[in-house]
Amino acid sequence: QSTLVVAEHDNESLTPITLNAITAAKRLGGEVSCLVAGTSCDKVASELSKVQGVAKVLVAQHDVYKGFLAEELTPLIVETHKKFNYTHICAGASAFGKNLIPRVAGKLDVAPVSDIIEIKSPDTFVRTIYAGNIICTVQCDEAVKVFTVRGTSFEAAPVSGGSASVEKLTPPPPVGISEWIEQKLTKSDRPELTSAKVVVSGGRGLKSGENFKLLYDLADQLHAAVGASRAAVDAGFVPNDMQVGQTGKIVAPELYIAVGISGAIQHLAGMKDSKTIVAINKDPEAPIFQVADYGLVADLFQAVPEMTELLKKK
Amino acid sequence: MAALRVLVGVKRVIDFAVKVRVAPGGAGVQSQGVKHGLNPFCEIALEEAVRLREAGAAQEVIVVSLGTKASQETLRTALAMGADRAVLAEVAEGVTAGPKEVATALAGLVGRLQPQLVILGKQAIDDDCNQTGQLLAAMLDWPQGTFASRVELDSGSVRVQREVDGGLETLRLRLPAVLTADLRLNEPRYATLPNIMKAKKKPLEVIPAADLGVPGGSPRLKVLQVQEPPPRAGGEKVENVQDLLGKLRQSGRI
Repeated sequence: QSTLVVAEHDNESLTPITLNAITAAKRLGGEVSCLVAGTSCDKVASELSKVQGVAKVLVAQHDVYKGFLAEELTPLIVETHKKFNYTHICAGASAFGKNLIPRVAGKLDVAPVSDIIEIKSPDTFVRTIYAGNIICTVQCDEAVKVFTVRGTSFEAAPVSGGSASVEKLTPPPPVGISEWIEQKLTKSDRPELTSAKVVVSGGRGLKSGENFKLLYDLADQLHAAVGASRAAVDAGFVPNDMQVGQTGKIVAPELYIAVGISGAIQHLAGMKDSKTIVAINKDPEAPIFQVADYGLVADLFQAVPEMTELLKKK
Repeated sequence: MAALRVLVGVKRVIDFAVKVRVAPGGAGVQSQGVKHGLNPFCEIALEEAVRLREAGAAQEVIVVSLGTKASQETLRTALAMGADRAVLAEVAEGVTAGPKEVATALAGLVGRLQPQLVILGKQAIDDDCNQTGQLLAAMLDWPQGTFASRVELDSGSVRVQREVDGGLETLRLRLPAVLTADLRLNEPRYATLPNIMKAKKKPLEVIPAADLGVPGGSPRLKVLQVQEPPPRAGGEKVENVQDLLGKLRQSGRI
């Protein structure tokens, strides 16, 4: 029994979801190794070597890993698997993991398991289907189990106390069928959506993109991240990377404030594990109130500025 | 480049507005007598392919599906939205196929139909797997542009803008390639009545999925149980903003 966790990082630091994936890997029993591939990954490798529960850190450094292309990372993972013969290979269910892990499974000729929320045994996993409306337990009989891990369903592994060995790998020859050109990351002074302790989200009730300013003002008082429902994204109010829901981001903050969100199933799937949920909506029948710990039936255009002002005074 | 052929894979799923329930026995969900439709992400994939043809960047759009006889209806809808012809890889009633089986069928169809571009939805709204495009690209050894929000064809390559965590990134992929459509790629058109009528005359070929190498047995992942999640206990209504902030302070959330 041994598991390979494919680490996600930006050559500077580890992406937090990797720590959740490591916890899932530990739960399987057996040795946990982490693979770090990038253009310059000494820093990340040393960060990973201190994470509790990681026995070995494998490092592959090459210019071809610029942009973390799945086409280039897959042969590396397959080679690494051939060398160490893992029983499990996983990564976090982020855009990185979702893009990469099924390609690895395809190359290994196995059926992958997406976005698991629980491990019942080394071959039995729990995941959600129908936008979180149904929970499904699956058994995977493949020789190597290849899966992604929902970050919010597993605690982060402690980042100190570990002392993993670090081993360098020789990267396989470049594939050269794809090229990374550029990235445009949304600049924000606010915390990142999936790791924020407080999230304020807006829905179609906001009526326009400009009106999201009300939420930013409130978020600034609460040190919160700002999210949106799919309806608000579809209406063009805000970009898709703000979407909370089954087809967007899954969040589980301590406090989630849903503003002008009716509570479609697909949105609930993305936030219902939040510790405390507040709903502000003028429609008393909105389904969001069925999951909210505190529901306020009110016009958001009055309630939200009032809330911001009261928080400023405090 | 004008001779570019685009293959679009589509899936028949339970309509997104239906409240899905566990079937008695807990082995699956209730699908009998429930409204079905084209998976919304597949509609976006198809729309993009049709737009490429309308812009003269592609010559032909072939829509394909793996499914039972009922999926013919889904393919007709896709034809009404603008696909030129359709192929159904048919499986018998009661056979469930996962992304691995679908990707195998698609790889077989790629071999027969020789497209230079395959566009799929990023995920199906029933199993939420988000795997088929990546699996197919791996099987074919083609590059993949997943979660695409902008697609520009160039001679011999495609420039793809992708939705990633925290923003967007742009890749250039050598053709042939597999793309998967994200929400913001486009807004799919509705099938108009005249086009629905016209679609009835468009060619729809049916072939047994087994001919494409799809195993007839059970899928590679065994579903042991499906269940509804425990309902979250509803809370209380608060009177006003002051009341709300008071409660949040009391519970230590702010």
